[in-house]
Amino acid sequence: MSAKVDTSLPLEYQTEQDRMNILGFWVFLGAEIVLFATLFGVYGVLYERYAGGPTHKDIFVIKDVMIQTVLLLTSSFTMGIAIFEMRRHNLKGLITWLVITLALGAGFLFMEINEFIHYAHEGATMQTSAFLSSLFVLLGTHGAHVTLGIGWATMVIIQLLKRGLTPTTARKTFIIGLYWHFLDVVWIFIFTFVYLKGLVA
Amino acid sequence: MGIKWDEFFITGDPLILGSQIAILLTMIGAVAAITYLKKWKYLWTEWLTTVDHKKIGIMYIISAVLMFFRGGMDGLLMKAQTARPEMEFLNSQHYNEIFTTHGVIMILFMAMPFLIGLMNVVIPLQIGARDVAFPQLNALSFWLFFSGAMLFNISFVIGGSPDAGWTSYFPLAGKEFSPGIGNNFYAVALQIAGIGTLMTGINFIVTILKMRTKGMTLMKMPMFTWTTFVTSILIVAAFPIFTVALALMTFDRLYGTHFFTVSGGGMDMLWANLFWLWGHPEVYIVALPAFGIFSEVIATFSRKSLFGYKSMVFSILGIALLSMVVWVHHFYTMGSGPAVNSFFSITTMAIAIPTGVKMFNWLFTMRKGRIKITSAMLWALAFVPCFVIGGVTGVMLAMGAADYQYHNTLFLVAHFHYVLIPGVVFAVFAGLYYWWPKMFGFMLNEKIGKWHFWLFVIGFNVTFMPMFFLGLNGAVRRAYTYSAESGFAPLFMLSAIGSIILAAGFAVFCYNIYWSIRYADRNISSDPWDARTLEWSTASPVQFYNFAKLPEVKSLDPFWHMKKKNEGLTLFDSEIEEIHMPSNSWLPIYMGVIFGIAGFLLVFEWHIAAAVAAIGIFAGLIIRSFDYNEGFHVKKDEIHRIENAWRKTEGEVHDHVS
Ligand code: HEM
Ligand SMILES: [Cu+2]
Repeated sequence: MSAKVDTSLPLEYQTEQDRMNILGFWVFLGAEIVLFATLFGVYGVLYERYAGGPTHKDIFVIKDVMIQTVLLLTSSFTMGIAIFEMRRHNLKGLITWLVITLALGAGFLFMEINEFIHYAHEGATMQTSAFLSSLFVLLGTHGAHVTLGIGWATMVIIQLLKRGLTPTTARKTFIIGLYWHFLDVVWIFIFTFVYLKGLVA
Repeated sequence: MGIKWDEFFITGDPLILGSQIAILLTMIGAVAAITYLKKWKYLWTEWLTTVDHKKIGIMYIISAVLMFFRGGMDGLLMKAQTARPEMEFLNSQHYNEIFTTHGVIMILFMAMPFLIGLMNVVIPLQIGARDVAFPQLNALSFWLFFSGAMLFNISFVIGGSPDAGWTSYFPLAGKEFSPGIGNNFYAVALQIAGIGTLMTGINFIVTILKMRTKGMTLMKMPMFTWTTFVTSILIVAAFPIFTVALALMTFDRLYGTHFFTVSGGGMDMLWANLFWLWGHPEVYIVALPAFGIFSEVIATFSRKSLFGYKSMVFSILGIALLSMVVWVHHFYTMGSGPAVNSFFSITTMAIAIPTGVKMFNWLFTMRKGRIKITSAMLWALAFVPCFVIGGVTGVMLAMGAADYQYHNTLFLVAHFHYVLIPGVVFAVFAGLYYWWPKMFGFMLNEKIGKWHFWLFVIGFNVTFMPMFFLGLNGAVRRAYTYSAESGFAPLFMLSAIGSIILAAGFAVFCYNIYWSIRYADRNISSDPWDARTLEWSTASPVQFYNFAKLPEVKSLDPFWHMKKKNEGLTLFDSEIEEIHMPSNSWLPIYMGVIFGIAGFLLVFEWHIAAAVAAIGIFAGLIIRSFDYNEGFHVKKDEIHRIENAWRKTEGEVHDHVS
């Protein structure tokens, strides 16, 4: 736990504690993978159990889902640029790109909430059928993660503004970056196995 | 919201009334005693806000012993109820509640924290580190576990206990068939504790990967470290499944979804699958560290290095892998078909192979060793035959076709107690006798320890051996009584007598702690067992920074070789450097409390209040995010003073083993 700083490494890897935090976060992402895999498994078991309620084709609006997807994928790209700016020690660029990322994320969330409201209007709530229970919980868990990510990244931005780029703030930024990309990967699976598969089924 | 206030406290049962009064008196007594002794500040700064892995470990162990008492009481009540046919001591509902809380408490709030407590105390010392990778997260893990455990425990006086078995199968555990709030306690309390356990898993993976001292390669790690590492991986791989399962259960019960409720297209067997996808690895999550403890104890008291180190490591990995693909053996009878049942029969039986390898390794470690029969070693010795009985009956149960006969009988109950009690309880007792001097600087009394051992082991066998035969004769599990004509009475009686002997053993154990705290010799060596691993190379009780100078490892059993070659043991003034340590924090206990409150409100389905409490959780997270406390540095003078104090007395110590 010594505060030895190895300046030959990127900022976020310079102290041993920061390296451990990053590894710990990777392990945490491993747990998150198991969590989402379980939710996908549940969805895979229940996805045709409509119980007389609406089916995929009745409720999915592919145009909106496409917009959501583009928003989130772009935000992953901008997050990548943010980390790139961080590596160049460009604080202003980093914060700008982070804010853009969060704006895109917020757009995604807005669309998702609208989607849920739309479903509810169609009479599709999580109490309607097993299919809808698993759909809402899978999408909702992902959406809750995005919400949490936005709140968390906002905290990190405030710290960046207050403290500038230090090994600690860089590590925090880097970790939220990992988290953000992870949510994007999960979305790709949702897009493929929930929406696309639902529409061709 | 649907909950009537007059049902808030459970009333009308003399047993429960007695407990309520006892709990109230204990609480008042504790508060009064702490106030009278002016210990609040000490408690707060030294324990409640600590991030020291050793103290956290001790708090885990204390909680586990208390939970053992609670779970054991449940066990005794059940044994009393079934001692005679058609007894009216407990009614069926009460019996249901008791076996449910017994199972949950024993596994999640006794076995887990006991082992995690020992891991906390020992692992950083064994790998020559000054703490775990994330000390504050470690404290959070403890407080979340504690909060979950307390929430679960109050259920029997406030609101009503869960009563659907520790497995809480649907549809029984659903709102339709269990309308009370008892099963909400199950869903919410286990969720809170489970998050804490997941954090522990992450913490120990990083600790063991990143914080080993110089020279300690993976294949030079002590066996307890290895098993802890693999267990941590299993925790990370399995607990999220339980998190999801419990969340879905909560949704079904509280928000009317249809995951497991059969109406609306849900699938009750989905719960059973998710539960055991976590539940079977969970069995190994508690068994593997226990194996690690036995490995340490057997090697130390055979005065030889562990036989077949490599095969031990590979068998642990093998067990861990296999443990993920056997879960269906818990419900062969639910009609998965012969192909599926055969597959899971084979994987289950295959676990016997790596486990057998370990058994022989332990036996070969003892072979030609100069064995010292200490209390710790006795537990390890008794473990071998008892666990083999559990294992062999496990292979019997693994046969899908035959399981149609054993399923849901007391044969199964006997089997898993023969696995869990030798495999976990014997291990934590062995570990406790073994590491007690490291934790506290004095030993548990060996003579009382032997009384404890014999009573407990005899009582255990007398309690559970008859259950095998009862089960084969058709006595079902989870049944609160049986008829006189069944002919079960004599064996049930024998089993009940056994449980009294067992309880006497536990009482002697508590007495041993009391006796040793009062009378045991404080002037002991820091290495009273002539042990082999690094935790014994530092003071007892361990100074808060663990090692003045981080040791260097060249081989397995490093401390043994350091002693033999007399190198690396002396500390030179020039080697002392300032040590950086983390500061205490009030956040973990705050988070535990707020999680407990939010959980409690959620159990009662007071959603708005729960949401308000949840704001407190987010506040805690935000405060943590802005917390830049960098810890503090221990000055050279202080290290000097502390090291001098224990190293000077080393020469004149007594050896308590011989
Ligand atoms: C200390 C002495 C113990 C006694 C006297 C005892 C006794 C019992 C009894 C009588 C039952 C219920 C049998 C039935 O189905 O009617 C039971 C169930 C159970 N016990 Fe124990 N037990 C003890 C220790 C333990 C330990 C140490 C563990 C785990 C680490 C454990 C785990 C369980 C579990 C998981 C169940 C199943 C609960 C259920 O059916 O949902 N027990 N025990
Ligand atoms: Cu199993």
